[in-house]
Amino acid sequence: MSERKNSERAKGFSLLKIVPSKSRGKLVTVLIPVVFFAVCALLVNLGVLRSHFAGLLVPLCYYIIMAVSLNFTVGILGELSLGHAGFMCIGAYVGGLFTLLTQDSITSAWIRFPIAILLGGLIAALAGFLIGVPILRLRGDYLAIVTLAFGEIVRNLVQNIYLSRDKAGLHFSFTNAIEPERLDPATNVDIMKGPMALNGISPDATLLISVILVVITIIVILNMVDSRAGRAIMSIRDNRIAAESTGINITKYKLIVFSLSAFFAGIAGVLFAHYSTVSPPKFDYNMSILILVFVVLGGVGNIRGSIIATAILYILPEVLRGFQSYRMLIYAIVLIVMMLLNNNERFNAWKKNTTERFTAWRKGLFRKKSGKEAE
Amino acid sequence: MFISYLLSGISLGAIYALIALGYTMVYGIAKMLNFAHGDVIMVGGYIAFTISVTLGADGWIALLGSIIFCTLLGITIERVAYKPLRGASKLSVLITAIGVSYLLQNVALLIFGSASRNFQALIVVPSVEIGSVTIPGNTILTIGVSVVIMIVLTLFINKSSAGSAMLAVSEDKGAAQLMGVNVNKTISLTFAIGSGLAAVAGILMCTQYPNIGPYTGQMPGIKAFIAAVFGGIGSIPGAMLGGIAIGVIENLSKAYISTQLSDAITFAILIIMLLVKPTGILGKKLNEKV
Repeated sequence: MSERKNSERAKGFSLLKIVPSKSRGKLVTVLIPVVFFAVCALLVNLGVLRSHFAGLLVPLCYYIIMAVSLNFTVGILGELSLGHAGFMCIGAYVGGLFTLLTQDSITSAWIRFPIAILLGGLIAALAGFLIGVPILRLRGDYLAIVTLAFGEIVRNLVQNIYLSRDKAGLHFSFTNAIEPERLDPATNVDIMKGPMALNGISPDATLLISVILVVITIIVILNMVDSRAGRAIMSIRDNRIAAESTGINITKYKLIVFSLSAFFAGIAGVLFAHYSTVSPPKFDYNMSILILVFVVLGGVGNIRGSIIATAILYILPEVLRGFQSYRMLIYAIVLIVMMLLNNNERFNAWKKNTTERFTAWRKGLFRKKSGKEAE
Repeated sequence: MFISYLLSGISLGAIYALIALGYTMVYGIAKMLNFAHGDVIMVGGYIAFTISVTLGADGWIALLGSIIFCTLLGITIERVAYKPLRGASKLSVLITAIGVSYLLQNVALLIFGSASRNFQALIVVPSVEIGSVTIPGNTILTIGVSVVIMIVLTLFINKSSAGSAMLAVSEDKGAAQLMGVNVNKTISLTFAIGSGLAAVAGILMCTQYPNIGPYTGQMPGIKAFIAAVFGGIGSIPGAMLGGIAIGVIENLSKAYISTQLSDAITFAILIIMLLVKPTGILGKKLNEKV
C-alpha cells in the first residue's frame, strides 16, 4: 500500500515525469522563458518591479529569438554568420511597411500582425536562401566576412530607399529623395525617408505574442536539431568531408539552416519594428556582434544557454545603472575570456570534474529523500 | 577630373594596401583572420594624436611613438589572445579576434570619448601642379610612403633570414619547426610588422581625412580585408594590387555612381570575387587534405 503511494508520489513529485525522458530537456528549455516572462509580468502588474523593467521584456523576447536562431547557424551548423542583423533588418522593414500600408484597411491587429510576422519572416528567409545559394560554397573566415558584407549591403540599400504615398498611389525613389513635383502635397505621406526612422507603425508587439513567438522558435529549432536533418547538419559541423562521403547533401542542409535561421531573425525584426522605432543604423555590424556575444556566453551549440545568457546580458546592464558605459567593454571581455577558457585544458578538466560532482551530489540528495519517504 | 579621382583613389588604395599587407601576412602565417587589425589603425592614430597634440611633441616623434606602440600592441594581442588558441577551431579564433577588435574600440571609447577629434597633419608636403592637374601633398606623401614600405618589405621577406623563416612557416609550420625555425618568434614578428604597418596606415589615413574616433578603423579594416581577398589572401604583391584596386573602384564609384552606395558596391565586389575566383587575383589554390 505504502509502496504504491510512494510510486504515485514519485510520479507527482515532478510534472516532468509525464513527458518521455527523451523530451524532458526540451520541455525545460521551453518552460524557462515561459515561467520567466510570466513571473516578470506578474511582478510588474503587482508593482514590485518598476515599469522601466516592463519595457525590457519585449526586446528581451526578440533578442532571445535572434540568439536562438543565430546559435542554430553558429552552434549546430558550425559556420559563423556576422550578418544576422541584416535578416533582422529585412524582417523589420517588410513587417513594418506592411503594417504601415495596411493599418487603415485592416483595423484588427489580430489579423494584421500575424500576416506581418509571416511576411517579414518569409521575405527574410527568401533573402537567406538567395544569398545562401552562392555564398555557402565558402567556409569559415570567408563565409563570416561575406555575411558581414551582406549585412552591410542590406543596411546600405535600405538607407537609400525613399517611399511616399499620396492619392495617386505609391512613389518610389532610390538614392535621391523624391522630387516634390511628383507628389500631391495635400494627401502625401512620407513612408520611408532614406536614413530616417520609420514612423507611425502601430505598436502591436505585445508581451503575449512575443512570448508565443519565442516558444515557437525554441520548439522548432530544438525539434530541428533532434531530427534526421539536425543530425546531418551536426555531422557537417563535426567533419564535413566524412559527412559528404556518406552521401549527405551539404549545400541542401546549409541552405535549410540559413533560411530557417533567417526566417526567425526576420520574425524578431518584425517584433522590433512593432515595438520600438526602426532606422537603418540600428541593424549594423554591432547588432550582429551583440547577438553573437549572447550565443557565445550561453555556449555555442547550447540553445538553453543562449536563452539564459541573453536574459542575463540584456537585463543586467539595463538594471544596474552606471554599468551602462562599461557594457560594451564587458561584452568584449566576455567574448575573449569565454573562448580562452573553452580552449583551456585545465579549465575544461575542472569543469567536467565539478559537473560530475554536482550530478553525484544531486543524485545522492534525491536518493536520501526518497529513502526517507519510504520509511 | 578623371585623373584627380584616379589619383585620390590610388592614394586611398595605398592606405588599404598597407592595412591589407598586415591581414595577408598574418593570414598566411597564423592562418587566422585578425579582425582586430583594423582597430590597430585607430589606436595608431590616437597615439599619434596624443603625442603630437596633447603632449605637443614633434610630428616625427609622434610617428615613431605610434609605430612602436602599435608594434608592441600587436605582439601583446598575439601572445595574450591568439597564442593559447593555436590549434583550436577556426570559429573560436575568429570569435576571439572579434572580441579583441571590440575591446580596442571600447577602450578607446572610454579613454577618448565618442566624439571624433580633429587630427592635424604630422608631416606637411606641398602640393604639386602638373599642367592642369593639381596633386595634393597628402596624395604624394601617401603614395610615396607606401611605395617605399612595399619595396622594403618585399626585400625583407625575400632577402633576410627572418623573411625566409616567415615564408617557411606560411608554407608548412611543422616542417619549418623541424628545420629549426622558431615558429613562435616568427609569428610574433609577423604580428609586429603588421601592426607597425597599421600604425603608418592609420597616420596616413588621419592625415588625409583629418578626423579620428573610436570607430575610425572599422570600415577601412573591413575594406582592406576585402582588398586582401581580392588580391589573393596570403600573397604580398596581391595585397598591394588588391588595395589599390579597391581604393580606385571605391573612389570612382563615389564619383560616377553614387556616394551613398559606394560601400555596397565594394562589398558586392567582394562577394562576386569570391564566387568567381575565391583565391583572388594572385592567390594560389590550396588542395584540401583529407
